[in-house]
Amino acid sequence: MDFNAFIDGFAVVTQPTNLMYCLIGVLIGMLIGVLPGLGPAATMAILLPIAYGAASDGNQVAAIIMLAGIYYGAQYGGTITSVLLRIPGEASSVVTVFDGFALAKQGKAGTALGIAAIGSFVGATVSIIGLTLLGPIVASYALDFGPPEYAALALLGVLLVATVGNGNTVKALVAAAIGLLLATVGSDSFSSADRFTFNTLELQSGIDFVVVAMGLFGVGEILYNLEERHGKPHVPAAIANIWPSRKDLKQSSPAIARGSVIGFFLGVLPGGGAVMASLAAYAAEKKVAKDPSRFGRGAIEGVAGPESANNAAATSSFIPLLTIGIPANASMAMLYAALLVVGVAPGPQLIDERPDLFWGVVNSMYIGNLILLALSIPLVGIFVKILRVRPAILAPITALITILGVYTINNSVFDIFVMIAFGIVGYLMKKTGFEPGPMVLAFVLGSLVESSFRRSMLLFEGDPTGFVTRPISGVIIVFIVMVIALPVIQLVLRRRSSSNTPSDPSNPSEHHDQEAGVR
Amino acid sequence: MTMSERETRTADEPDILAELQAEVARDLAEERPPAGGPAYQVIPALVVLVLGAGAAYLAHGYGLGSLRRPGPGLWPFAVSVLIMVLAVVLLVVGRTLDDAEKFTRSSLLVLVGAATFVGLGLLLPTLGFEIPAILLGIVWLRFLGGETWRSTIVISVATTAVFYVLFLYGLKIPLPHLIAF
Repeated sequence: MDFNAFIDGFAVVTQPTNLMYCLIGVLIGMLIGVLPGLGPAATMAILLPIAYGAASDGNQVAAIIMLAGIYYGAQYGGTITSVLLRIPGEASSVVTVFDGFALAKQGKAGTALGIAAIGSFVGATVSIIGLTLLGPIVASYALDFGPPEYAALALLGVLLVATVGNGNTVKALVAAAIGLLLATVGSDSFSSADRFTFNTLELQSGIDFVVVAMGLFGVGEILYNLEERHGKPHVPAAIANIWPSRKDLKQSSPAIARGSVIGFFLGVLPGGGAVMASLAAYAAEKKVAKDPSRFGRGAIEGVAGPESANNAAATSSFIPLLTIGIPANASMAMLYAALLVVGVAPGPQLIDERPDLFWGVVNSMYIGNLILLALSIPLVGIFVKILRVRPAILAPITALITILGVYTINNSVFDIFVMIAFGIVGYLMKKTGFEPGPMVLAFVLGSLVESSFRRSMLLFEGDPTGFVTRPISGVIIVFIVMVIALPVIQLVLRRRSSSNTPSDPSNPSEHHDQEAGVR
Repeated sequence: MTMSERETRTADEPDILAELQAEVARDLAEERPPAGGPAYQVIPALVVLVLGAGAAYLAHGYGLGSLRRPGPGLWPFAVSVLIMVLAVVLLVVGRTLDDAEKFTRSSLLVLVGAATFVGLGLLLPTLGFEIPAILLGIVWLRFLGGETWRSTIVISVATTAVFYVLFLYGLKIPLPHLIAF
């Protein structure tokens, strides 16, 4: 590791502009984490034009620092609503609801929030240290990757995001495949033949992924939320004594440690990320507990584990993006888009070519998490007040930011209409059970997959077995086959065993998936 | 700690877990429309199938080339075929899924919301952003959100003013605007 570059990174972060953007990012993140409705990916999508604006002022690093802050900040905020209102602010805080709200009912909301904040901080910091140490090593390996490796890796990423995510796998795969198809619109980079342009000039340069993401995530979610009935006012539970006692800390520290490690590893996996990590950590805590029946009735480990894990995962999911250039989940796809928007090519060369950006962003997370820890314990009361702001007031504000923002990217009214079209598609997808996440991720990676595939075919002189005979791409192909084969095998086994019982309601992961899908 | 916790549980909360689960289920059922029937599964699958078929037809026309020399149409054609296959799978196995939501009367709100987006897009180049933005605010706050007229006006005007400062001065992004200083 280049130690000087690491230290210089701190010099980058502590520049007043960058510190300010970091603060704004984590504050926005925490805010949207607290407010149910908009997720981090949607918020990042909506704010991409602002990143673009900042970058054209020469603040590339600041823009990325801010967007990164939104993602990990949201993990802190999501906890607050889970504990106080029984509403997960984010999908990654769904499991926190069980024990967090039970604790709140027993008058221990403060303890739950305090432990969650400490666990979040520890989890995130463990992951940043991992990122700091491992990032350069992974990047130096990835420098040797050729087109076949990239084709296989990007395809594996798309596949995992589709199969691991919420909801029906076939539907997620459909969404991903359509995303790959959308990426081919425009003139072909190899032969410059027009594809799916329908003889329009606007489509010749392809569909701008920022516009697509803002439509599918931003407008889609805004429209979808319009339909929600807001009959009941949210009355948060009262909180007292936010500082956890020494006994609570002692009881939850093993859970925090386990959660951090689980989160770190699941975050690195494509398709993993914060949601899966929090579920896995909860399951792990329940498994190692002496008395598993305590879970769901106010076990502090049930808050500590998942909250440490989701922050650790949120942080470690930056590793594949910053070192290989492959986003591991939909939020990272937004950051990938943001890097391209500010004119930086994500990939293993990033760390050498733009050490200021790499280390600036990585080190901003140390500082951002310190800010979050400082904010989330003493200022919890203020965030609770924000919960009283009616969603009806926030909706037009987000709508306006989205429309005005998308216009400013290219000063183009055409973009507004493309975004609205994708917004309606996104709404209809959510209504019919298709997740827009895999589509956006596949769309962002689409041109990389295609160009790598075609370069590989030229390299192999038309022999597709070349993918398997190269060691690294071969291993990745084996993974791809496993990911495809595993669910099919499971399905066959389940069909066979459940021929006398028509349905299997006791599958816990399915239950969680449905709950997570609500957000 | 564990002892006292369990004591309180048996004393005043017979089973928090069961209670919580029931509450969550009730809330979710209240906030979202009910699940749609088989038509909600079949129609999207058919749309996907048609999309895949259309794309495959077009891609074929762009020239597939060979594996040795892939043409511009090869990759989109392969993806389109995949889309068609997945759509057929969905038609076969997906008919009984219950992950789709019914369209209800409140879905009309979404239509109105989308219409205001289109309206702003149409008016922006000619009228500048201020008046359309205030109009959008009024529709969303008063008619979609049920706010009072007073807060509707205050919030719409204030939001537009903040955006004016943010975009034109803060970010120095040129938006079409009426009022110039």
